[in-house]
Amino acid sequence: MSPLNIQKGASKHSAYDLRDPNAEVIETHTLAVIVDNESGVLARVIGLFSARGYNIDSLTVAEVDHSGHLSRITVVTSGTPQVIVQIKAQLERMVVVHRVHDLTLEGPNVQRELALFKVKGEGEARIEALRLAEIFRANVVDSTLESFVFEMTGTPQKVDAFAELMQPLGLIEVARTGVAAISRGL
Amino acid sequence: MTRQMTGAKMVIEALKDQGVEVVFGYPGGAVLPIYDEMFQQNDIKHILVRHEQGAIHAAEGYARSTGKPGVVLVTSGPGATNTVTGIVDALMDSIPIVVLTGQVPTFMIGSDAFQEGDTVGITRPCTKMNWLVKETDKLAGTIHEAFHVATSGRPGPVLVDIPKDVQFATGTYTEKADARTGHYKPRTKGDPEMIARMVELIETAERPVFYTGGGVINSGDRATELLRDWAEATGFPVTSTLMGLGCYPASGKAWLGMLGMHGTYQANWAMHDCDLMLNIGARFDDRITGRINAFSPGSTKVHIDIDPSSLNKVIHTHVPIVGDIAEVLEEALALWKSRGSKVNREAVATWWKQIDEWRAVDCLAYKPGVNAIRPQHAVARLEALTKGMDRYITTEVGQHQMWAAQYLGFEGPNRWMTSGGLGTMGYGVPASIGVQIAHPDALVINVAGEASWLMNMQEMGTAIQYRAPVKQFILNNERLGMVRQWQELLHGERYSSSWSEALPDFVKLADAFGCKGIRCDNEADLDDAIREMLAYDGPVIFDCIVEKHENCFPMIPSGNAHNQMLLGDAETQGVIGAKGAVLV
Repeated sequence: MSPLNIQKGASKHSAYDLRDPNAEVIETHTLAVIVDNESGVLARVIGLFSARGYNIDSLTVAEVDHSGHLSRITVVTSGTPQVIVQIKAQLERMVVVHRVHDLTLEGPNVQRELALFKVKGEGEARIEALRLAEIFRANVVDSTLESFVFEMTGTPQKVDAFAELMQPLGLIEVARTGVAAISRGL
Repeated sequence: MTRQMTGAKMVIEALKDQGVEVVFGYPGGAVLPIYDEMFQQNDIKHILVRHEQGAIHAAEGYARSTGKPGVVLVTSGPGATNTVTGIVDALMDSIPIVVLTGQVPTFMIGSDAFQEGDTVGITRPCTKMNWLVKETDKLAGTIHEAFHVATSGRPGPVLVDIPKDVQFATGTYTEKADARTGHYKPRTKGDPEMIARMVELIETAERPVFYTGGGVINSGDRATELLRDWAEATGFPVTSTLMGLGCYPASGKAWLGMLGMHGTYQANWAMHDCDLMLNIGARFDDRITGRINAFSPGSTKVHIDIDPSSLNKVIHTHVPIVGDIAEVLEEALALWKSRGSKVNREAVATWWKQIDEWRAVDCLAYKPGVNAIRPQHAVARLEALTKGMDRYITTEVGQHQMWAAQYLGFEGPNRWMTSGGLGTMGYGVPASIGVQIAHPDALVINVAGEASWLMNMQEMGTAIQYRAPVKQFILNNERLGMVRQWQELLHGERYSSSWSEALPDFVKLADAFGCKGIRCDNEADLDDAIREMLAYDGPVIFDCIVEKHENCFPMIPSGNAHNQMLLGDAETQGVIGAKGAVLV
């Protein structure tokens, strides 16, 4: 391998190949990061990912504890096991970070995202879109004579699947919130 | 009973409550209220630098030589951005620094006002934490929190950005005891199970080595004492990174010298061949490891570090211990003693025989100078003529820095201030002044190269103003020596922009600044010239004209392993392959 051809998971900021040769597999992890809800905190967390060359596949953030001024950042990231461990260690040592939960490691979890789909169509395609929306339990939240806006909640895979089906039926725009996740049970 | 005062007054009160004695800074429009308060008190001494970069490096020198946080006060915009290099430097080398910056008034933020810069945005990636304070009531508490964060856990730089209207307005002072600090409490106590495993490994190791780093010095004097006790009790060899020099005495019998790219033959071979590596407060930096997959292939690795993200970042560690070095060593040493202070003495004696063979290579030997002074000789003479003095050394960055690390011996911690992680040329002059301000009667020498020295030479004005008798020992080869060395080894001897054609006359420069200038260009006069420098009661610029094309050895070429060291010029042909050439 040429030293310049650094694969996913290695640090882009080092000329060295930092990967553990025994752990080439790229894993996807969902992390819940509990942070102070103060200005600049999200920038600090995202800056860590860009500065160290980590991947962000999805990111959501909102305040979850008003009295405690705490926000929850749900970030889906990918990398070798060593990189994932390093991401968590780097997050945990930040002054603004209270806790980091690796939901992927901590056991079964529920992942959901909300998506809005604008589908343009008439005649048969329009009816087919409506029929598929029913199957996917998507709601119609806006309608004109030649378009629908569907609202759907589900796993990222379900959102992907619906988007794929809508494509030939006149899908013109998608808005997705990114993943919110929580562990199952207590 | 609450105290009401202006924000500007709060800054001074908070600094006093934090025990701050010295602030390095430079005034400007957005910090005038704070400077006005500074003027009206005598508890805190303000050192006026000549450039804000000088302020932060001086604060770094102050912090590293005292173990206390360094404090910087600068104005908004350019004042703040000029500190950025030093902030990154302090982050890389884990130096506790509190930077206070002025900012345009809150109602003008975002309007591209005069001298406005997004200071918290610019410094976010290079501070441990930073704050923009928008209410005077929160100012004192934030400053107290800033000191707590800078000095707790792995130390580092923090920044508090204070808009001018917040400085003028009156608010309630938050006492130090009431400040919010509880949320940031890094773990300092090591995992007992891991400590027990480390002790077991120490009892049976056949070829052990202590690989120590700046973390030992940051942990404090107790850590240094415990390391020395343990090295003595076990008889294990000790090496150290550039940052850790002084945590074990250079005169100690277990001392192998510095390790790494320009480390000693014995230290690097011991690292390569050991069966137990005890990493205490070092971070497997790329200057240390060389080629990762050939780094100490047969050893079991123990790593003690207060920063969990340092563990397993670069090198897989078998026994990772998160904790404060002093606390972990205290517990480990007690456990080891309670189990009978066992060591595999026979195997360790054999190991020492091997190490002595490596030592016999005498890797730091250099040829005597013929026409010019050998730079190694200049540093070796400086060492000989200052032996036994309580001496503080700062450096710039480059060949001279490595020669200083190789040929100067450090007996105690906090005596060696150098830009390790970031490699900041221009660090040494201001750092030496910061050290001298902290230790007014001590001997402080900046070992410099002429190119680095010029980068912050304006700070000689600061040295004169505050009567800081810093000795600037410049190894002048009229080259950017380390760049030149790499061009020789890697780029076909094409010396692209690595020499200076228009250097100043350093003796005249000294005269212009109002200090003493000495020039020496031959070995016969060197000792007398150094004595003259040491004897002079005031700042000295010493222009030591040295051999122009001397290379720094030993050297582990980029992309090579510890057992592939070069000892001298004869071995340098074609040693760095295409793979190594892309590394820095």
